[in-house]
Amino acid sequence: MAKIKYHILVCGGTSCHTSKSEDILKNFQDLIKAKGLDAEVQVIRTGCFGFCEKGPIIKMMPDNTFYTQVKPEDCAEILEEHIIKGKKVDRLLYKKPDAAEFKSDSKQMGLRRKQIRIALRNCGFINPENIDEYIARDGYQALGKVLTELTPEATIEILKKSGLRGRGGGGFPTGLKWEITRAVKADQKYVVCNADEGDPGAFMDRSVLEGDPHTVLEAMAINGYCTGADKGVIYIRAEYPLAVERLKIAMKQAREYGLLGTDILGTGFSFDIEIRYGAGAFVCGEETALIHSMEGLRGEPTVKPPFPSESGFLGKPTNVNNVETYANIPAIILKGSDWYASIGTEKSKGTKVFALAGKINNVGLIEVPMGITLREIIFEIGGGIKNDRKFKAVQTGGPSGGMLTEKDLDTPIDYDNLIAAGSMMGSGGMIVMDEDDCMVAMAKFYLEFTVEESCGKCSPCRIGNKRLFEMLEKVTQGQAVMDDLDKLRNLSHVIKDTSLCGLGQTSPNPVLSSMDNFYHEYLEHVGDKKCRAGSCKSLMQYIINAENCIGCTLCARNCPVDAIAGERKQAHVIDQDKCIKCGACMEKCKFNAIFIK
Amino acid sequence: MEMVKLTIDGKMVEVEKDTTILKAAKTIGIDIPTLCYFQLKDMNIENRPGGCRICVVEVVGRRNLAPACSTNVSKDMVVNTHSIRVLNARRTVLELILSDHPAECLTCAKSGYCELQTMAQQLGVRELPFQGEQSTYRKDTSPAIIRDVDKCIMCRRCEMMCNDVQTVGALSAVNRGFMAVVAPAFEMNLEKSPCTYCGQCVSVCPTGALTEVDHSRNVINALADPAKTVVVQTAPAVRAALGEEFGLAPGTLVTGKMVAALRRLGFNYVFDTDFAADLTIMEEGSELLDRLTRYLKGDKTVKLPILTSCCPGWVNFFEHNFPDLMDVPSTAKSPQQMFGPIAKEYFGKKLGIDRKNMIVVSIMPCLAKKYECQRDEFKVDGDPDVNYSLSTRELAHLIKFANIDFNSLPDEDFDNPLGESTGAGVIFANTGGVIEAACRTAYELYTGKKLEKVEFNELRGLENIRHATLDFNGLPINIGIAHGLGNARKLLEDVQAGKSLFHAIEIMACPGGCIGGGGQPFHHGDSEIIKQRAAAIYREDVGKPIRKSHENPFIIELYKEFLGKPLGEKSHQLLHTHYFDKSAGTFVDE
Amino acid sequence: MAKIKLSEKKIEELKVVCKSFNNDKGELINVLHSAQSIFGYLPAELQEVIAKELNVSVAHVYGVVTFYSFFTMIPKGEHPISICLGTACYVRGAEKVLEEFKRVLKIQVGETTADGKFSLSCLRCVGACGLAPVVLVGEKVYGRVSPDGVKDIVAEYNN
Repeated sequence: MAKIKYHILVCGGTSCHTSKSEDILKNFQDLIKAKGLDAEVQVIRTGCFGFCEKGPIIKMMPDNTFYTQVKPEDCAEILEEHIIKGKKVDRLLYKKPDAAEFKSDSKQMGLRRKQIRIALRNCGFINPENIDEYIARDGYQALGKVLTELTPEATIEILKKSGLRGRGGGGFPTGLKWEITRAVKADQKYVVCNADEGDPGAFMDRSVLEGDPHTVLEAMAINGYCTGADKGVIYIRAEYPLAVERLKIAMKQAREYGLLGTDILGTGFSFDIEIRYGAGAFVCGEETALIHSMEGLRGEPTVKPPFPSESGFLGKPTNVNNVETYANIPAIILKGSDWYASIGTEKSKGTKVFALAGKINNVGLIEVPMGITLREIIFEIGGGIKNDRKFKAVQTGGPSGGMLTEKDLDTPIDYDNLIAAGSMMGSGGMIVMDEDDCMVAMAKFYLEFTVEESCGKCSPCRIGNKRLFEMLEKVTQGQAVMDDLDKLRNLSHVIKDTSLCGLGQTSPNPVLSSMDNFYHEYLEHVGDKKCRAGSCKSLMQYIINAENCIGCTLCARNCPVDAIAGERKQAHVIDQDKCIKCGACMEKCKFNAIFIK
Repeated sequence: MEMVKLTIDGKMVEVEKDTTILKAAKTIGIDIPTLCYFQLKDMNIENRPGGCRICVVEVVGRRNLAPACSTNVSKDMVVNTHSIRVLNARRTVLELILSDHPAECLTCAKSGYCELQTMAQQLGVRELPFQGEQSTYRKDTSPAIIRDVDKCIMCRRCEMMCNDVQTVGALSAVNRGFMAVVAPAFEMNLEKSPCTYCGQCVSVCPTGALTEVDHSRNVINALADPAKTVVVQTAPAVRAALGEEFGLAPGTLVTGKMVAALRRLGFNYVFDTDFAADLTIMEEGSELLDRLTRYLKGDKTVKLPILTSCCPGWVNFFEHNFPDLMDVPSTAKSPQQMFGPIAKEYFGKKLGIDRKNMIVVSIMPCLAKKYECQRDEFKVDGDPDVNYSLSTRELAHLIKFANIDFNSLPDEDFDNPLGESTGAGVIFANTGGVIEAACRTAYELYTGKKLEKVEFNELRGLENIRHATLDFNGLPINIGIAHGLGNARKLLEDVQAGKSLFHAIEIMACPGGCIGGGGQPFHHGDSEIIKQRAAAIYREDVGKPIRKSHENPFIIELYKEFLGKPLGEKSHQLLHTHYFDKSAGTFVDE
Repeated sequence: MAKIKLSEKKIEELKVVCKSFNNDKGELINVLHSAQSIFGYLPAELQEVIAKELNVSVAHVYGVVTFYSFFTMIPKGEHPISICLGTACYVRGAEKVLEEFKRVLKIQVGETTADGKFSLSCLRCVGACGLAPVVLVGEKVYGRVSPDGVKDIVAEYNN
């Protein structure tokens, strides 16, 4: 049998998937067959490459050529030119916005430089639907090592020494968590994988599950071994059909290989996993709420203690970790705690996956070492701000986090520094904003989300966030008074101080952080009734510049509410009381006579 | 027991491990305010979702404030219950709750009894700094209970009562976030739900979100109508609780004052439901004996155990949940509904009063009685046997409304003949009382011997499910008792499975029996009050010259003159009933 | 609420699903997922069936259904339209796209057009932030949608 010479990796992440990567895959397969290249060229559907902005992505191995925005009809050309003639298809190579040259080697791309891929080590390299490819990249070796060479205590010790902290947002030391669950005596314990990723603008967990499902299964089995659980549950968003599908395939394969089920690898250790579905409730990211949801109840959190490690799923000790945390574990076991601890900062070890999005050139999924600066992420990896606008802020931690600004650009990113800067790590959403984004409106956007997602159990979150939202609405509509800003701040503090669970305890962060960093914008909204970003509609005024207006009447004729008056060939005037700020007039005006104030 | 030392507001305190901060503080005289928290001590009823966040306190070293009701103490903990940070947070939280609560205190049915109102007073709220949208829902009026859930503060007490204690499942938290509220399925009317009208939700609701349907206006109108003869009956549990509404200590018996008050209100005849309770014993006791004798003779068609049927909440419960067991409970009507036809068909006829011109009013510790008297099978040509049922609370309002200084009233006696009762009729108010009363009679009728000691102490108490074996002259009789519908369900499931070993089971829908009924003065979670009421009832029993139903001379006369014999034809017609299968889903209109 | 008749065949299918979950009330959410995929939505009558099968109160089932945004009691349109309002889409103008859909279809979020053709809903991040703003019509994803493009999307399904 001839050795496979070329691998064509086609991204199967959601972004690329939705832009026809399946058709690309199929086209390649058909073409290879037609040309009789089956023996030499293999096409692989991989997980997310992390460069969603330019999808669909394909990567040619072994030479690391990276083609972006590939269309199904490009397949023939790529096969003909690249594989057969050995010539790169220039027009499909990634072109950095500010550079004339094309980058062909993905390792040379700014996007990839500065990244260290541990949790995502297999994403984009293996076919997630094939366990052999996972095994070929040392998959399930960590589980084997743990089961045959290490005691649960020793394994936990490795994790503790590695410094790994929970990647779901809280940052609780993972080894310690396992140790606590292990110490509880019970006839039955559970380990749970929290895959109910719900941050708006975050898709890290999804990418891991779609690109490397086995790593999660392997780590859960290790968790079961260490904590004394023989049952695992993956709690996953029902809105992630591709991830569910791949998990199911992976579980089936793992069972066939004896890597899940009874007597794994002949060691006497038994462990199996089932899937439970979330149904669209952000609060279920909180572990007690998640457990109630798994039990078929309303996903309302309960007061801790008791912690799930004492009384969790079905009242049994339960260890909950999130997807990305799990994805790190096999690598740590194999490469050792010293290796892992050598990456990152003093108190935050290893790497963090971020979903980089917003007003940035390279939207995508990145994995960077702790301690990297925002500047490196945004301007090097992210390729800078879209359309050369001015950077204003970056939001991390989703609805629980805050805004980081210019002054934070050179702060090394880790759990503690982000909190000190008034934000938090969160699960990894990183939204970049430019000068067109109003910070009050952003805070309002997050509060609207929280109001919608609050479970309603405790009064500060149920009513307090609603009131915060309403006050922010007043600010963006120019109806607030100075006193409201003080109320806003006090109420934010009380909600943080009194809410039952993490959702309410962090929901005012976007308000507080935007007030801390952009108080002048609040003042402008309240005092000057002005939104400098021009995004708060109520504070905008369309004005006709009488000098430029020639009285063509086009604007008046197009105004849907008859707010524009004026004689033919006379300068027109907009009646601000009638104007609904639809912008139709400005769009129609041929003489640049209409501007926004 | 392991003890833990900690400091609260500068005071050292030592309490058992696993004690909450709230309870630890209470031991040294620190009363941390609570709103959603609710407990009936010794009755296994507790609600502590940790949701209202009124009871937050500062725990030194902890990042955020801790809810005292659901945070356990730990060694060397230092707690501040009234630091500036706590006071500000507590008041702000209350202001938030008030910002989503209609400011209708002046006209609210709960005014004066509302825990939210009291809290606003206590925390000195003088203005409402937060304004905004209020959550609004449809108002729902059922035959017994009004839901005005705009006033719901999501304390979840009703949900806990309806589901955990009563296992009725009529209510659940629905929706989420700002629109979250407790409601029946599909937010339909309570009337279409499996609600039993036990009223326990009303009795624990801290605000005016759940209240009873008020019939006192109808009664006032009837009293003012010269064409009507208005007869009143008072349930046994009322006399042990009514005094609380007038500042008397829980457990004060106010039988005589209550009679005097009713007379001053203008009722033509003040009678006693206790009389009808004695009548119930005659019928139900005879039924028990009849089934027992047939059973002992080997009749396989006999249904045992026999279940008491005097509690209308319980009747609703098995009609909804155990339609296959409808032939198990006694067919005897409840005392309230026995009283009705006796008043209208016997007493009224004797006086020559047409039943249309007689209004029968009942004073009940119960809300399900409101529904019961509206049931179609208890009407003759549309005229109900019992026209209106008022709760103990409504009677208190009525007395105040009529300018009666209750506490200075003299003691007066019930009218005859339907006002004469025995100690057996009185103890109907307590859990275990009906079956004890029945046993006093059944024993003597079965054995033909005189019962020397009438108290069956083994049937008394507050444990959720009790059982005792009585010796009927060598024949062991197994008695089961449950109060609270959740406990009843357990006994019922045994009956359903054919595993029940009992000959007779008494069931009361409300925890404690009628003394803890949904129409009683609010106890605000103080189980001592319920215990005091129970003790008062037993005192009333002891004070009665006659303590067995079959010895009530007016009962004897009633049978002689009118009914013939227990379970006879006339009894069957007037004093027995049948049940209906209500298990089908009825939420959706046809 | 008028009573609707559920298909006997589908009810049987659902009962089989319940059975496969051992009629365990802890599996309520899984059962609801299945029920919604069989019937397309979760009408009251269906919730009554589920309550009976799993031996829980109807109020409990309704409490769970109304807690989770994925569950709906309104039948979706033939072509359900979902607009992603995740942060990435939001900062790239998803709100304006949503407004345009509301205007064009003359329905609010959570509603279905009178002819049953379209329904409108919002969702949070489908993980396709690179294509922001994103709109889903059924399974099909539209990326980089502008308000101007809304009419064309609707037109695609309107004949």
